[in-house]
Amino acid sequence: MANLLHYFASHLATLRLEFWSLLVGGFATGVMYAMVAIGYTMVYGVLRLINFAHSEVFMSGGFASYFMMRALIGTSTPSGTWSVVLVIIGVLTGGVAGAAIAMLLERIAYRPLRRRNAPKLAYLISAIGASYFLYNLAGKEFGRINESMPSPYINHTVFTIFGAPVQLYYIVIFVVGVIMLITLDRLVATTKLGRSVRAAAQDAETASLMGVNIDRTIVLTFVIGGALAGAAGFLWGLGFTGVGFYMGFTPALKAFTAAVLGGIGNLRGAAIGGLLLGVVESFSVAFVPASYIDVIAFGILVLVLLFRPTGILGERLGRSA
Amino acid sequence: MLEVHDAVVRYGAITALHGISFEVNQGEIVTLLGANGAGKTTTLRMLSGLHAPQSGQIMFEGQDVTTTKAHMFTSLGIGHVPEGRRIFPQMTVEENLEMGAFRRRGSYTEDIERMYETFPILKERRKQIGGNLSGGEQQMLAIGRALMGQPRLLLLDEPSMGLAPMIVDTIFRIIGEIRDSGTTVLLVEQNAAQALRLADRGYVMENGRIVFGDSASNLLTDARVRAVYLGENVES
Ligand SMILES: Nc1ncnc2c1ncn2[C@@H]1O[C@H](COP(=O)(O)OP(=O)(O)O)[C@@H](O)[C@H]1O
Ligand SMILES: [Mg+2]
Repeated sequence: MANLLHYFASHLATLRLEFWSLLVGGFATGVMYAMVAIGYTMVYGVLRLINFAHSEVFMSGGFASYFMMRALIGTSTPSGTWSVVLVIIGVLTGGVAGAAIAMLLERIAYRPLRRRNAPKLAYLISAIGASYFLYNLAGKEFGRINESMPSPYINHTVFTIFGAPVQLYYIVIFVVGVIMLITLDRLVATTKLGRSVRAAAQDAETASLMGVNIDRTIVLTFVIGGALAGAAGFLWGLGFTGVGFYMGFTPALKAFTAAVLGGIGNLRGAAIGGLLLGVVESFSVAFVPASYIDVIAFGILVLVLLFRPTGILGERLGRSA
Repeated sequence: MLEVHDAVVRYGAITALHGISFEVNQGEIVTLLGANGAGKTTTLRMLSGLHAPQSGQIMFEGQDVTTTKAHMFTSLGIGHVPEGRRIFPQMTVEENLEMGAFRRRGSYTEDIERMYETFPILKERRKQIGGNLSGGEQQMLAIGRALMGQPRLLLLDEPSMGLAPMIVDTIFRIIGEIRDSGTTVLLVEQNAAQALRLADRGYVMENGRIVFGDSASNLLTDARVRAVYLGENVES
C-alpha cells in the first residue's frame, strides 16, 4: 500500500514537472489524430460503415509528400519563405494523394458492393483486402524500412510556455491542422455542399428526393476525409518516425478510437476525440512505461464501446442498426 | 401530365406492383386508395425514381422518366412528401425548407416567407431542429419542403397518418389550396372518405394492382368502396 502511494506520488511529481510539455506534445499528436478521424466519421455518416482502409490513405499522403520533399529539398537546408512554401506544397501533395487514393477506394472497393446491396461484412472484408494490398504494394515498391522525410525547415524551439519548449514542428502541425479543421467545419455548416453531406448523413433517400446526388456526395466525403488524412500523413512523416509502408496502422487505429470517442458520425466529436486522445496518451507517459501507450488508447476504445458507444457528442449511432 | 403504363416493381422475389396503369391530368387531385400493403407507397416511390420499374413506362409531361434517377425529379417538377414525413432530424425548420430548394438557382427567401404565411407555426419554430417538432408540425414542414422545389406535380403519401382530427382538417384544407394554386396532386390516403371529398378522381389498389378507378363522386357512392374503405367512416 505504501509502495503504491509512493508510486503515484512520484509519478504525479513527474506529471507536474512535465505537464506543459506533455500537453503541447499531446495536442500536436491529437491534431493529427483529429485530421484522420474526420475521414472515418464522415464516411460513417453517409455509408454507415467504417473505412478500414483509411490507414492507407494516410500512408499514401505520407509517401507522396515524402517524394515531393525529396525532389524539392534533396540535401539542402531550406529556411525562411522557402520553408513556408515547402510546407504548403507538402500539405497539398499529401492532401491530393490522400484524396485520390480515397476516391479510388470508394470506386473499386465499395461502390460495386453498394450497387449489389451487399451485406456490411462484405464491406469490411473488401476494406481489409484493399488495405492489405496497398500497404504491401508500398512495402514492395518503397522498401520496408522507414525513411525520414527531408525537413522543409530547421526544427528548433520557437518559444516556451511555462518552461515547456514549443518546437517549430508542433507549430507547423497546429497551424496546418487548425486551418484545415476550421475550414472543414465552416464548409459543412454553411455551404450548399456541406448541407448535402449533412442531409445525406441524416436520411440519404430523402436527400435524393430533394435533388442531392447521393453517389456524388459519397465520393465527396471520401475526398474530403482523404485530403485531411493525406495531409496528416505528411505532418506525421515530418516527425521522428518518418514514412514507411506500415506507418498508417497504429495512428489510424488511434484516429478510429478518437472518432468513436467523440461519437462516430459527428464531425466536431471526431476533432474533440482526437485532441483528447492525444493529450490523454501523452499524460499517461508520466504513469506507465512508454511501451504501454498503445494499450491505453485501445483500452479507451474498449471502454467507450462498452459503456458509452455513442461517444461524447454522438447520439445517432442507434440509427445504423 | 403523368401517364403510367403497365409498371412492374419487384423487391427481390416479391412483386409489389403487377403492371399498373393510370394517369393524372393537369390541375387534378387524384387519390390512390387501398389497404395496407396494397402498393401505394411503392407506386409513389417509383414515380420519384426510388424504385426503377422492371418493366413498363412512366411519362411525365411527354418525357419518358422510367429510368430517371431520384435526384433528378425535383428539377423535372415532381415533389414528394414521403410516408412518415422524413424530416431531416438534425436540421432546423428553416434548413429543412432550404433543402427543398436544393436544386433551385437564385434567391428563394420570398418562398420561405410564403411557407411561413401558409404555416405560421413553422415560423415560430424556424430555429428548432426538425426532430423536436410534433407530428403535425413535421407534416406541415414536409409539405412546405416539397413546395419549395416549385413542383408542378406533388406526390403526398398518407399526410394525415397519426395526426389529430383538427390537424388533419388543416392538412386537407392546405392540399385543396395547393391544387387551387395550380399544382397537380397525387394523394395516397387511408382516410378514404376525406380524400374522396377533396379529390377529382380516385383509383383503388389491391395487392399490387389497380382494380378500378373513377371520379371521386362515383367512388364515394360505389358499393365496393363504401363496404371496404369507407366502413364506419361513411357518416363522418
Ligand atoms: N423494402 C421492401 N422490401 C420488400 N418488400 C417490400 C418493401 N417495401 C414494401 N414491400 C412490400 O411491398 C408491398 C407493397 O407495400 P407498400 O407499397 O408499402 O404498400 P402501401 O403503401 O399500400 O401500404 C407490401 O407487400 C410490402 O410488404
Ligand atoms: Mg404506404
